[in-house]
Amino acid sequence: MSTTADTISNAAAPQAVAPNVASAIETVDSHLHPTPSWDIADHPVPHGREEIWRFTPIKRFKGLFSDEPRTDSLEWSSDLPEGVTMEPITPEQAHALSVEAPVDRVSALAAKNAAKAYHLSVAANAEIADPVILNGKGTGSAVADHVIISVGANAEATIVLHYTGSGSYAEKTDIIVGDGARLNLVTLQDWADDAVHGGQRSLLVGRDARVKTITASMGGDVVRLQENSRFAGPGGEVEAYGLYFVDAGQHVQHRLFVDHNEPHTKSNVDYRGALQGKGAHSVWIGDVLIRKEAEGIDTYESNKNLVLTDGCQADSVPNLEIETGEIAGAGHASTTGRFDDLQLFYLRSRGITESEARRLVVHGFFFDIIRRIGVPKIEDQLMEQVERELEQAAITQALES
Amino acid sequence: MSTLVISDLHVDVLTESGPKEILKGVNLTARPGEIHAIMGPNGSGKSTLAYAIAGHPNYKITSGSVTLDGVELTEMTVDERAREGLFLAMQYPVEVPGVSVANFLRTAKTALDGEAPKIRTWVKDVEKALGNMQLDKTFSARSVNEGFSGGEKKRHEIAQLELLNPKAAILDETDSGLDIDALRVVSDGVNRFTASGDRALLLITHYTRILRYIEPTFVHVFIDGRIVDEGGRELADKLEAEGYESYVKAAAAAVA
Repeated sequence: MSTTADTISNAAAPQAVAPNVASAIETVDSHLHPTPSWDIADHPVPHGREEIWRFTPIKRFKGLFSDEPRTDSLEWSSDLPEGVTMEPITPEQAHALSVEAPVDRVSALAAKNAAKAYHLSVAANAEIADPVILNGKGTGSAVADHVIISVGANAEATIVLHYTGSGSYAEKTDIIVGDGARLNLVTLQDWADDAVHGGQRSLLVGRDARVKTITASMGGDVVRLQENSRFAGPGGEVEAYGLYFVDAGQHVQHRLFVDHNEPHTKSNVDYRGALQGKGAHSVWIGDVLIRKEAEGIDTYESNKNLVLTDGCQADSVPNLEIETGEIAGAGHASTTGRFDDLQLFYLRSRGITESEARRLVVHGFFFDIIRRIGVPKIEDQLMEQVERELEQAAITQALES
Repeated sequence: MSTLVISDLHVDVLTESGPKEILKGVNLTARPGEIHAIMGPNGSGKSTLAYAIAGHPNYKITSGSVTLDGVELTEMTVDERAREGLFLAMQYPVEVPGVSVANFLRTAKTALDGEAPKIRTWVKDVEKALGNMQLDKTFSARSVNEGFSGGEKKRHEIAQLELLNPKAAILDETDSGLDIDALRVVSDGVNRFTASGDRALLLITHYTRILRYIEPTFVHVFIDGRIVDEGGRELADKLEAEGYESYVKAAAAAVA
């Protein structure tokens, strides 16, 4: 078991910030945050040693590096309630609505070559009671999409993006959350075993808006997502939860970047994964930047990995860049390890068999995240998936022993 | 009727620098209805005795035997011992995040009985067991021991003791860290468990305080991995007055 944890806090955060500070956002020189650009020439085909690509199995990912127009999108289906619309838009419109330019080749190509761009819009002040579920199905070919999601000021909605099927998929997704709005965004990477999925999701959190994201990556051959968040005004909050279950030969990579570019904003990142089988590889990068003007902010990021069998690799890299000490708190923690022997001993000392005890511990590990989703149907579905993965683990173990 | 027999038990603790012998031949027989208080200074091996009998992976039984109603426990896994009727109330109960108390208790009960408990009576039984320990209903929805105070963790152990009703139980310093009110609540629970008259109980403790509420049948003095003296209640009173010093000196002299 390896553990790192740091906490920095400063209770004496000043309450007032000079109004001219916010507009003077400086450029931060950092290898952690590549310069965004729409120009493909700025994103050459990676060789694998670049900081942002060094954990990625480049060969298996290379289909997403080729610069050709895509003729298809995912097959999208949805049933939209009143107050929610989804319309095709031009690439130029999508470009103009985007939160930021692409930060890597995959998302730059997705934006440039996508067959279509879409705009999912929740009207200002709309209170959407039922979850808005969009199903995106891959049919085996190489497809790309640029999707804009906008949630109007003071609106409230739960949006679920459910990805299934085969093929390769490159996405650029921009999510703009208006002032005072509440968004619960669930993405399920529920691909078939052969799917390759990459791209960039950029979230802009409005003034006093609250956003919860749940990113669940259970399927696919390679999944690599860049997940960026920043703020459009003070007082915004983002909670980013993630879970992944990585099987033999599977690669799942989540790269988070929270840019605290506004004062009195909050972020809490909690990603958890389990790995089983030879060649299972997870990567979690958690970057947080606290800019000079981000006084009074509070941030915490955590990644936990449970290694269930031999032959797995979990890379976990939390980074905190701090340019002001006038903050409420900042910390991170990362743990990677096998089952906690004491937890198993405790459960077994009550008569619970070893396999059942393991099942309970993994259940608990994930349930802690899943219960935050707030959509019962999807909570149940994910718990069932965890259950199935565990059954598979039990079978694998039985075969090996 | 439940009898726990410990015969010439030798146990090593597994450390990074290799195994180290902690128990050096322990003999003890707990017959049905008997309460055996095991008292000794810190580091004497009391908790090792509890963990080794329960099957903790850090302890290795090198020789000797432990039987419950004639069934040898030492070759069994941790959960097999529990299903045979053994229970350990731990000194440091373990937190299991994301696993609710209700789910934990139901899973344990199902494992012990070989069938799921009947839902209607079970929910009531759980509420009663928690209520007896002055833990309110909301505890059943909370994660096992997570965020519990020290006293709540100990009371949760005794709630499990009452609910799971094992044949033989070992309480490892359940009294330490409890305030006087919690000590009474816990003692009442233990007394209800032993009231049936056919359960065997080992009560491991550092202090005589809990023996004001739980009447021991025997008191054993545990020094340096062995039982060095035995008696009734009066032995606890003597320890209260004089401490362990004379025993520790005698043990040291025996080694020298």
